[in-house]
Amino acid sequence: MSQGKLIERYNASERANHWLVAISFILAALSGLALFHPAFFWLTNLFGSGTWARILHPFIGALMFLLFIVMALRFWKHNRITDADRQWAKHMTEILQNKAKDLPEIGKYNLGQKYLFWALLTTITLMLISGIVIWQPWFAPLFPIPLLRIAVLVHALSAFVAILCLIVHVYASYWTRGSIRAMTRGTVTAAWAKHHHPAWFREVMNKNR
Amino acid sequence: MTNHWVDIKNADLIIIMGGNAAEAHPCGFKWVTEAKAHRGAKLVVVDPRFNRSAAVSDFYAPIRPGTDIAFLGGVINYLLSNNKIHEEYVKNYTNAPYLVREDFTFEEGLFSGYDADKRKYNRDTWDYALGTDGYVQIDESLQNPRCVFQLMMQHYSRYTPETVSQVCGTPKEAFLKVAEMIGETSRPDKVMTILYALGWTQHSTGSQNIRSMAMIQLLLGNIGRVGGGVNALRGHSNVQGITDMNLVSGVMPGYLRLAADEEQDFQGFLAKRALKPLRPNQMSYWQNFPKFWVSLAKTFYGNAATKENDFAYQWFPKYDKPYDVLQMFERMHNGEMNGFICQGFNPLAAVPCLQKVSAALSKLKYLVVIDPLSTETAEFWRDHGELNEVDASKIQTEVFRLPANCFVEETGSYTNSGRVLQWHWGAANGPGESKGDVEIIAGIFNKLRTMYKQDGGTFPDPILNLTWSYAIPDAPSPEELAQEFSGKALADVVDPKDPTKVLAKAGEQLASFAHLRDDGSTSSGNWLYCGSWSQAGNLMARRDTSDPSGLGFYPSWGFAWPANRRVLYNRANCDVAGKPWDPSRKTIAWNGSKWVGFDVPDMRPDAAPDEDVGPFIMHPDGVGHLFALKGMADGPFPEHYEPFETPLGVNPMHPKNPLVTSNPASRLFAYDKAQLGKADKFPYVATTYRLTEHYHYWTKNVLINSILQPSQFIEMDEELAKEKGIANGDTVKVTSNRGFIRAVAMVTKRLRTLDVDGKKVHTIGIPIHWGFIGVAKKGFLANRLTPFVGDATAHTPEFKAFLVNIEKA
Amino acid sequence: MALQSLDIKARSATTTPSPDVRAAGAIPVAKLIDISKCIGCKACQAACMEWNDLRDTIGENVGVYDNPADLSAESWTVMRFSEVEVEQGRLEWLIRKDGCMHCANPGCLKACPSPGAIVQYSNGIVDFHEENCIGCGYCITGCPFNIPRLSKKDNKAYKCTLCSDRVAVGLEPACVKTCPTGAIVFGSKVDMIHHAEGRITDLKERGFQNAGLYDPQGVGGTHVMYVLQHADQPQLYAGLPNDPSISPMVAIWKGITKPLMNFGLGMAVLAGLFHFVTQGPNEAKEEEEEKQ
Repeated sequence: MSQGKLIERYNASERANHWLVAISFILAALSGLALFHPAFFWLTNLFGSGTWARILHPFIGALMFLLFIVMALRFWKHNRITDADRQWAKHMTEILQNKAKDLPEIGKYNLGQKYLFWALLTTITLMLISGIVIWQPWFAPLFPIPLLRIAVLVHALSAFVAILCLIVHVYASYWTRGSIRAMTRGTVTAAWAKHHHPAWFREVMNKNR
Repeated sequence: MTNHWVDIKNADLIIIMGGNAAEAHPCGFKWVTEAKAHRGAKLVVVDPRFNRSAAVSDFYAPIRPGTDIAFLGGVINYLLSNNKIHEEYVKNYTNAPYLVREDFTFEEGLFSGYDADKRKYNRDTWDYALGTDGYVQIDESLQNPRCVFQLMMQHYSRYTPETVSQVCGTPKEAFLKVAEMIGETSRPDKVMTILYALGWTQHSTGSQNIRSMAMIQLLLGNIGRVGGGVNALRGHSNVQGITDMNLVSGVMPGYLRLAADEEQDFQGFLAKRALKPLRPNQMSYWQNFPKFWVSLAKTFYGNAATKENDFAYQWFPKYDKPYDVLQMFERMHNGEMNGFICQGFNPLAAVPCLQKVSAALSKLKYLVVIDPLSTETAEFWRDHGELNEVDASKIQTEVFRLPANCFVEETGSYTNSGRVLQWHWGAANGPGESKGDVEIIAGIFNKLRTMYKQDGGTFPDPILNLTWSYAIPDAPSPEELAQEFSGKALADVVDPKDPTKVLAKAGEQLASFAHLRDDGSTSSGNWLYCGSWSQAGNLMARRDTSDPSGLGFYPSWGFAWPANRRVLYNRANCDVAGKPWDPSRKTIAWNGSKWVGFDVPDMRPDAAPDEDVGPFIMHPDGVGHLFALKGMADGPFPEHYEPFETPLGVNPMHPKNPLVTSNPASRLFAYDKAQLGKADKFPYVATTYRLTEHYHYWTKNVLINSILQPSQFIEMDEELAKEKGIANGDTVKVTSNRGFIRAVAMVTKRLRTLDVDGKKVHTIGIPIHWGFIGVAKKGFLANRLTPFVGDATAHTPEFKAFLVNIEKA
Repeated sequence: MALQSLDIKARSATTTPSPDVRAAGAIPVAKLIDISKCIGCKACQAACMEWNDLRDTIGENVGVYDNPADLSAESWTVMRFSEVEVEQGRLEWLIRKDGCMHCANPGCLKACPSPGAIVQYSNGIVDFHEENCIGCGYCITGCPFNIPRLSKKDNKAYKCTLCSDRVAVGLEPACVKTCPTGAIVFGSKVDMIHHAEGRITDLKERGFQNAGLYDPQGVGGTHVMYVLQHADQPQLYAGLPNDPSISPMVAIWKGITKPLMNFGLGMAVLAGLFHFVTQGPNEAKEEEEEKQ
């Protein structure tokens, strides 16, 4: 890591928000997977027992939703998809091969990140709605059983997409060196910013001027 | 029951009318399903409601409550006019050919001898025309216009299918279908059984409802038959037992009719009851009345009953009037009673017109309630809001509650509907300070006797001399009592044909009522039960399931009265020559020298068929009675009368004679007459009934039953509900001229609007079972609505047909 | 509690076979409910309460004979009364004893996420072992007959056990023992089908041309079967499903999605790993920074 100039990417509040979402997401995912496939049922032990996993999962999920919404309100403006994003996407293969050159100038987030944002917003919302429908013993008895059946499937599919997104997100942040510190310490190097998010870099620089 | 529970499986056609066997007798109903499954039997239900019996029936016909005689009269007319009768049976085993006195008449709904002021008949003319030989005159051709057959034909010719439909509201086609199915069983190889219960008895024409069906069964040749008979399904597990022992105050155990006031002479008393044969060779079994009576007297008074004192005849009560339950409460209401011991009885719920019962109880000095449970009667004085609105401060009746054991905590015998006595063993001890009923009564008796002994009193003899030789006087054991009612020899009993042959030595238990004597050498507390505890031991405790007949007689299971006979009048199961009408349903048969078979013959064992001994041996004429003679208070032929609260206001059979709108011979107290409602204010017919989930007012104290049927409801038809703007589940108020109840309305297709005499008649169904005591949801006693009138003969209250109004509450 | 004398054929949320060597001798059992013989006396309900120590709350009458009004954790069987007129003018009061059908292919077991909370014995009885139940209610979504109920007291799912504890020791279920009319019978499934054939012949002779056996193949047949007077219209009987099967939603959810999703997630992780080791990290070049 270079000793170059550091730029703030996330303030403390945003970082805390993110990690609260992350923790609740992981917990919800672990308990959810445990209830989804017998291969993961052992994960319920992390929560005390199968019953505790069942009890906690929806509360964790609901909490995650609330935290995620707060985060989404903070970030949604940066996630509007632009023409530059669409140009950028055309270079996907080169990007993945670390060979990309002359990419269109990207703002705070690239299209992948924006997709992630919208995918998570969609799936988490779907999980909340379907989760309420199947939430025993509080809400499920209020709904007809055919709706419960749709809800369990929607919930599972949404969770699948969300976890997939999580894997991509975690990997991408690891793969893109210098990213993690944005969420741990809040800052990135100028080089990182200029390289990955030139438009945003310029914007920050102009503002600081 | 003339037959028994298991025998229902042998029927080809089962009629349920005036009862609801599936709901009220679900365990016995298994034999209906057996008959259907294994004999291909058909089940027909005739009822105001499409009930749970109807749910499994092959055919259902609706009927307006209180019109059963019109329906059955129509059936009689159908059978006679379509020749659907069992001719040989009718000619030989019924009084169809017997001639009736010339002065017997029936005009404008009244039989001869009516006294309008007393509302009573003089029954003298309701009798046979006797010949100079003292026997009844008969006409075997059945053509003589004064023979029973012709009189019956004439009487019922008015009951055409159109009339039936007009009176009962039953669609004509439905009536004809039922009549046709019934008619089929006139064939000797087809047998019908009838199952009835309180749906027939609880009418002001109750006894005649049953008579009508008995006549039908006689015409069809179905009485005495395996799979046939007239079968009363008794409600309580031992109500047959209490009936046999003396439910009705006018009879002693074994249906020995008590003396009336004017019968002060012992020999005259006996002679009147020991009926002489009215035809040659007849057994006229009541000739043995003196033996039964003297044996009973010896049980009561032992050595104090001697030939010299007419076997204590003067110590037995003589009645001045009937003492049925309505009479009892009428007297109480008039302030003529000051104490009431109420044992296993909840009159506030079970006697009609709660307001009258409550007022009557309030006039008592003391009320003793002996019951395992808390009852409404025991709390009649306590204010329970609108469910029992009383002012306790104004009621001075002192109430004593003596906790009794419940039936499963007692040992003894049950007599079921099929007359089978079965011994049972207490399964647990009663809780707390509860005691067995026998112990409670014995305690009261011994206290009373001591008081009489010490203080004297009016006429102490009957109390002081009563035999009370139990090991523990305050707690006679069930075994002692059972041996006592069965009977024993007090001196050696010898065979009258061969005095050297000793039938029973002194002190031995008797084997049969045939061994009872009128000289004081035997005792038996109930001749019908004689032999149930013989020298062979307690036959009621037998549990042998062998059934050599394959017809379900189980002769070694318990003990059936009389004489362990499983089907009464079983001689009639055979033709005149002594061969079974239907070889597949053989019980007894004449083997050339005697009657033998699977059942105990209801016949002298050596009575050869050509002796012409009739199968109905209790009757002096030996035959079944199509014409009831003087047996019924309201006529020898059943006639349709409207319920006391009629939706029509007139009797459509006799629209011009207001005297016979309702049963002219039913007793009607002035107070209750004023309480009757009319159709202008109370336009709907109501009928009360029981539900399978509950037993009377007991099981509302039981959690499981209360879960299964938690709260009060009434049933009504869809048309009326629409008219009144009542939706299913709404709360409604049902009002009669005597009171009201509030309940949830169950709007159902199972009750129909009937077209009666050009009028639309709606029926409201009112299940009983709710009250202000118990764990079930509190409710109104249905008795707040019911009228205080009863049957002319049995005085059973008219719970099944009265008038109400209904409105959304 | 698994019963020693009943072998378990299938177990919820368990991917390996259950001990199966004794299955060869197991005789599939069945309870046959002959609706044409049922008088709706509810003795079966009472017997069920007594044998299983169940006491529901005392409810209210809501204008029908059905009481309790519905199945619950404390009411494992209820009678459902339907007034129908199949033939114009001929009223029928059909009374159906509702309760678990014990499907050969049980949707509840398929849906259950908790290992061993739902088992199927080798005789076909499907039983809930509530000590393993986590209270998720998935069995409710899995059941095509709307049978399991979550207890409000302990949040465990309950339903008819077909008295597996009685059957295990050679007794018939309590409801069968108590049924006064023989409308409920119990035995081997083969015998019960044979018995039903006799009943159906009788019903046809009595004019019920469409009488038949309800043993729906959509769930692989059931170990509780009905004799219906109108087998062509099961829905007449308080909505008995015409052709029940496990809902496609549940079938997909607990079927193909399970391996697919596991595969998908696994692949995603592997893809990342291999992408990294083949392509290396995505780093911002130093010179870019230098250019500052």
